[in-house]
Amino acid sequence: MKKVFGRPESLTDVPFTYCPGCHHGTAHRLVAEVLDEFGIREKTIGICPVGCSVFAYLFFNCDVICAAHGRAPAIATGIKRSKPDSIVFTYQGDGDLASIGTAEIVHAANRGENITVIFINNAIYGMTGGQMAPTTLVGQVTQTSPYGRDPKTMGYPIKMSEMLSTIKGATYISRVALTKPAYIVKAKKAIKKAFQVQLDGKGFSMVEILSTCPTNWGLSPVEASKWLEENMIPYYPLGEFRTPEEVA
Amino acid sequence: MAKIIIDEERCKGCELCITACPKHILVMSEQFNKKGYHPAKQIKPEECTGCAFCAMICPDISIEVFK
Repeated sequence: MKKVFGRPESLTDVPFTYCPGCHHGTAHRLVAEVLDEFGIREKTIGICPVGCSVFAYLFFNCDVICAAHGRAPAIATGIKRSKPDSIVFTYQGDGDLASIGTAEIVHAANRGENITVIFINNAIYGMTGGQMAPTTLVGQVTQTSPYGRDPKTMGYPIKMSEMLSTIKGATYISRVALTKPAYIVKAKKAIKKAFQVQLDGKGFSMVEILSTCPTNWGLSPVEASKWLEENMIPYYPLGEFRTPEEVA
Repeated sequence: MAKIIIDEERCKGCELCITACPKHILVMSEQFNKKGYHPAKQIKPEECTGCAFCAMICPDISIEVFK
């Protein structure tokens, strides 16, 4: 019998510290599998954010740097420019990328930096205890929106992929989900394309991954997957928003 | 002929694999692991087709698939 599925080499043996059912683990695995398949682990440098995935340096078996909150694209820019042969990716949550790091991500995309961004959107601040994020859906109850998000005072959920796809410097922008095997297969293809864009030197690539946060949503992992499919996907449609052909 | 190996100590009992299995041959064990979770357990291993859906959806990569 041959092993057809196991732990990718680009992940260490350390068990994930994430809550049961959290999609971070699946997202880590997909990124690691892509690094394995391209054979680029030795020259890859990851930048992890502030958030639950701040410990990504324990899990990825490549060089990883921890950035200040939201500043991962700025650090990635510096690394990629000083070491152009390395493969640089950032791994950021929505509190990191869509809130405090909005300026960094917009300008990194606008400069067309040749980096890959993995953006985990779970519509809430996970690590700090479930506060409202810019991506929180209208009506969604969080610690800081106990009566549900009211757009009159709290604004509307921000669609980062759509926003960044209007920028000329962005080469590949895609949104995926991980709630069922069919979505996971598509998500891996999108991550692979994003790294291919960087390998070809074509510019900025980002994959937004819709993710669950069962603990802070107050749902079981199975209910959280259902909630994501019923509430998040209609507002954050899946698909490719910008592809290399469009740019060329 | 296919088989899966579940690493019970890595499993956090999220039950996502149970929803993904098309043959419905995964259940939660009544035993606890060291972390205090009920790990997933396979029943009727002869029905496993090795589709790897359970392994793909497992966030903790606690399932290995052999074919």
